Amino acid sequence: MTNLVLFLVLAVVAVVTALGMLLSRNAVYAALFLVLNFATVAVFYILLEAPFIAMTQVTVYAGAIMVLFLFVIMLLGAERLPGTEPLPWQRPLAIFLALVLAVEAGYLLFARRAAGGMFASAAPDFGSPQAIGTMLFNRYLLPFEVTSVLLLVAMVGAIVLTKKEKGGRE
Amino acid sequence: MVPVTYYVALSAVLFVIGVLGVLLRRNALIIFMSVELMLNSANLVFVAFARLFEGLAGQVFVFFVMTVAAAEVAVGLALIVAIFRSKRSVDVDQMSSLKG
Repeated sequence: MTNLVLFLVLAVVAVVTALGMLLSRNAVYAALFLVLNFATVAVFYILLEAPFIAMTQVTVYAGAIMVLFLFVIMLLGAERLPGTEPLPWQRPLAIFLALVLAVEAGYLLFARRAAGGMFASAAPDFGSPQAIGTMLFNRYLLPFEVTSVLLLVAMVGAIVLTKKEKGGRE
Repeated sequence: MVPVTYYVALSAVLFVIGVLGVLLRRNALIIFMSVELMLNSANLVFVAFARLFEGLAGQVFVFFVMTVAAAEVAVGLALIVAIFRSKRSVDVDQMSSLKG
């Protein structure tokens, strides 16, 4: 029962912060709403007995990624841009398409019963950092190493893309 | 306990809000944040089903998704900074020419 109340309150917070991100005119407010949303999702991860993923969520998403976002927003001074005139049919069409997607998801969930079932009580070390680490370094060692190469490529790419060109054009 | 359907429904709502953000907003930074929101809602379903089926593979996959998202954000924001240098704008309507 407490779990259900906790879930409902957090779900409302998550949806409201997502809508706040969608609707706020100022990009800094949008980023801060998104930080709150990520923090809420981290609490969901703890409820789902994934403490390691929850901590990763806070450090990587709410920490690193959103700080990068805020840094770029403030670097560009892009927090309050004059909006261009929207295409006349863009807004209704976007809302219609999103509604179609929502109805489709609702149909699959509730009419077809595509996903169901209750959670059984989990093993005591389920989702612990130790269990995740053992799995990561045994069964998923190759993807893990590929990830490190990916991060290196992304780092080099970001530096090359933002480097000031020296000497004239190009 | 909360049924897994609730988590899937919440994740679907968050995903639809993310789609709406990509379709409605024209600030490239907000579009990026909406993409992050969609990735996050997919992660939530992964963790919920990992809990349901008591397998850790779902959580490991979320870990990889987060890594890829971090790399994607680094490159994407670098691209936005590079575009801002030449166009003085992050409005996606302005990014209509292939030549820089």
